[in-house]
Parts: sequence; C-alpha cells; structure tokens
Amino acid sequence: MSKWNEEYFIEKGLLLTAISSIIIIALIIIFIFKEGIPALQSVGFFSFLFGMEWAPSNGKFGIFPMIIGSLGITGLSLLMAVPLGVFCAIFLAEIAPSPIRKILEPTIQTLAGIPSVVYGFFGLVLLVPFMREQFGGTGFSMFAASIILTVMILPIIVSVSEDALKSIPLEYKEASLALGATHWQTIKNVIFPAAIPGIITSVILGMGRAIGETLAIIMVAGNVVQIPGSILDPVRALTSNIAIEMGYATGVHYNALFATGIVLVFMIIILLIIANYLHYKKKVTIGGGYL
Amino acid sequence: MEYRIEVENLNVYFDELHILKDISLQIPKNAVTSLIGPSGCGKSTFIRTLNRMNDMISTFKMDGTVLLDGEDIYNPKVDVVELRKKVGMVFQKPNPFPKSIFDNVAYGLRVHGISDKDYLAQKVEESLKAAALWDEVKNILDKSAMGLSGGQQQRLCIARTIAVEPEVILMDEPCSALDPISTTKIEDLIHKLKNDFTIIIVTHNMQQATRVSKYTAFFLHGEIVESGLTEKIFIEPEDKRTEDYITGRFG
Repeated sequence: MSKWNEEYFIEKGLLLTAISSIIIIALIIIFIFKEGIPALQSVGFFSFLFGMEWAPSNGKFGIFPMIIGSLGITGLSLLMAVPLGVFCAIFLAEIAPSPIRKILEPTIQTLAGIPSVVYGFFGLVLLVPFMREQFGGTGFSMFAASIILTVMILPIIVSVSEDALKSIPLEYKEASLALGATHWQTIKNVIFPAAIPGIITSVILGMGRAIGETLAIIMVAGNVVQIPGSILDPVRALTSNIAIEMGYATGVHYNALFATGIVLVFMIIILLIIANYLHYKKKVTIGGGYL
Repeated sequence: MEYRIEVENLNVYFDELHILKDISLQIPKNAVTSLIGPSGCGKSTFIRTLNRMNDMISTFKMDGTVLLDGEDIYNPKVDVVELRKKVGMVFQKPNPFPKSIFDNVAYGLRVHGISDKDYLAQKVEESLKAAALWDEVKNILDKSAMGLSGGQQQRLCIARTIAVEPEVILMDEPCSALDPISTTKIEDLIHKLKNDFTIIIVTHNMQQATRVSKYTAFFLHGEIVESGLTEKIFIEPEDKRTEDYITGRFG
C-alpha cells in the first residue's frame, strides 16, 4: 500500500469511529424519545413535569418531586464534595510531601474504581442505621444519599482539580514568592485563581456522575415520591424511578418511565451548558490565551 | 567602598552535583553588577541563592555565608518572606500574573497587608512610572496583563518588583526573550534604577554587560574566574580564560 493510501485510510477510519460514537448517542436519544413521547402526549407535558403525584395504578404521572429529589441530592453532595475535594487537591498539589502524596493519590484513585453497588451497600449497612440512631426516622434520606454521592464524586473532583493546579506554570509561583508572598498567599492569590477553569471542569464531571448515579441512591435514599421537608426526609431521584419500576411497567406507565429519561437527559444537558458557560466565561476574563 | 551583599566561600550542591564551588564575591551598593559566563556555569543558581529561591528545590544544599547588609541570610532565624521583600527578582521569561495590570503591581503590597486604596493607586502609578511603562498603560490599568507585549510585560514585572521597595533587584537574563527595541528600553531603565537599587544582572550578552554595569564577574564551571570593574575585565582581563570568553573564542 502506498504511503498516500495509508494516510487516507487512517484519516477516514478515525473519522468513521468519531461519527459512529455520535450516531450511537443519537440513536439512543431517538429511541428514548420514541418511547417517551406517547406518555407526554397522554399525560400532558406540564402535568407530567410539574405534577406532584406519581401513582401509576391511578394513572397519575407527575415527576416534580423527583426532579427536586435529583437536584437536591446532587446539589447537597456538591456542596460537601467541592470544598472537600478542592482543599484535598490543593494539599496534594502544593503541600503534601512526596511520600504522603505517593500513598494518597492511588488511594483516592481506587475510590473512583469501587462499583456503586458497594457504596450503596456500605450506606445501607452502616450509614443508614447510624443516621437512624442520630436523627431518628428511618435513616433513609436525602442526606444519606448525598453523603454516599459525596464519597463517590470526590475522586473525580480531587484528581481533575489536582491536575489543574499542577498545570499552573511554575513561573507564577516563583514570581509570587519572589515578591515576598508566603506559600499560602501564593496558593490563594495566584495558583488557585489561575486553576479555576480546570476546577470548574472537575465540578462538571462530578455533577454529571452525581445526577446520573442510580443504584447507590436507591439503596439509601428511601425512594418515597415526595418533596422533602428537610434533608433528613426520604426522596426519590429520577434515575431511581426508572430503575425501580421498569421491571413491571406496562402501557402508559412504561412510556412515562422513558419520558422520565427524557427529562433526565435534558436536565443534564442544561446543567452542562450552564457549567460550560461559567468555564468559558472564566477563561475569557483571565484572558491572554495563556490559560 | 560599601557592599550590599558579601558572599564568602559559598558552595552549592544539588544532590551530589557540585554546582557552585567556593564562590566569594562582594556586590557594591547602588551599582549594577553583571554576571557573565557560558550556559550552565552557575550564574542563575548563584543569584537564586541570594533571595533563597533555591529553597524550593528539595535537593538543594549549601555551605558558606551570604551576608546582606552584614547579616547572614541563611541564619535559621531569618524570615525568608522578609528577605524576599528586600531582595526582589525579575525572571528570564516575563511572568506577569493572569490578573489586571493594576493588580500585578499591587500584588506585592497587598500580600504585605496594605489595603488602602489611595495609597495602592499612588504606589502603582509611581512604580509604573519608575519602570517607564506608565504612559503606555495608564488608560488600561484594569485590562489583563497577558495582553501586553513581551517587552511591556517585562517592564511590568520590574514595576511589580520595585513596588515593594526592595534594596536589591536580581535580574536573570531579563532581555533574553525580548526584541532589540524592548531590550534598549530595559537597559535605559536599569540605568535609571541603579541610583536607588543595587542591581545584579545575569546576561549572555557581552555588549549588554558593558553597557549597563559598572562591575562584572565572570563565571566558568561553577567558579568565579575573575571579577572587578567592567571596563577592566573587558579591556585588560587578567585571566586567559576571561579573554577567550569575551572575545568569543568559546561559550
């Protein structure tokens, strides 16, 4: 085969793989829409989205409490995981002596590899009884789910933020220290602000995982369809709703679960657009094409 | 003659590598001293020893004494932060922070606890004027420093250093990344600054050394071969190796 031919086939081959992944995603979305649209038509878009009652046997399909459940669990876990993860990343990137880093980094990466059912199991056996004793109630709650999710998304936030902090040119650090700034002042005023776009990326990735997580949440959240009065109340997430009921759903109920999937996909797209916008905006205000 | 910095029998090692060998050098007050020599001869390591920037490198070891105004800067009681306020540094590659021009110059003052807005504005203006940059940037102080040209960025870095009022300014090949016009501007600036500051400049450019400095030290393989008045070193060097280097026979 001539050199020219080889180039040609490799380029086309790479194009084909790129296109096929897009086609797969498109097909999945088309299928979900095809199955979900009938439910939206029979229930009505607004009464589906903002309906407060989910009772398939009575023909009531309102998912608003579950939208709140998903957003609540995700928001609460980000609230805990972002500060924890970012400070941990700062420690690893800037402060930890090399032996400690060599132990901590692989440990945190291992956390990312543990299957979610194991986290769920841990939550069910340890966290839920603990919360039952401490706060009363059943222990199955939005708070318990958020804690489990926090542990699950922490490795992503730590490792991506750490990479962002480490990629800041040494020149900035030297310039700051040479002006008589302390190490902490240098981290706070120079290294951390310059790493913010990368840290936002880590939060986007963590959020994506949190909102899509299903199994671990089913095991600890209690799965009651209600708008929680406090973080100690049980809630049901959109993902859980699909997984719990898909086994026996038929007819409109079946279609309504797909429609739940549509809502989930759009929620993730909207959140990603917001996060990417923040990321982009931050990049532009830092300016100069360097970062 | 009054000396700002006196270095005696300084040895520096990175792990087993013996980088600086038994260096003794006096740096006169309020004058410009050039350090010349081929790449890898230890000039940069030497000036980074003077503001303890080498402390960042875990394999760094040293012995000997470095006195600033008669006080040993490697004494364990010395506050490194205080030392670096007195000994500022300008780097080879212009390295402004990804912040506004104003915030770059105000940075050093702010980390030292100054927050009075009027005072900051006044110091920023003074420093930018002293660095011959004020007229070019006075209307864009809130714009990112990353948008300036390389030469402007380097003068901004000098302004940033001047703002904290150091006694000594270390310059590590400050013009090596700049075009000839920007280089001339920096050299003019060095001439202006030498009345108020003690300046030590590392340079690979022999003409630059003769243009800007009163004193010169020639480094080779981690040792000082010769030091003294720039005129004397360039017109009648004592050592054959110095002569070979300045006439371009090696390096």
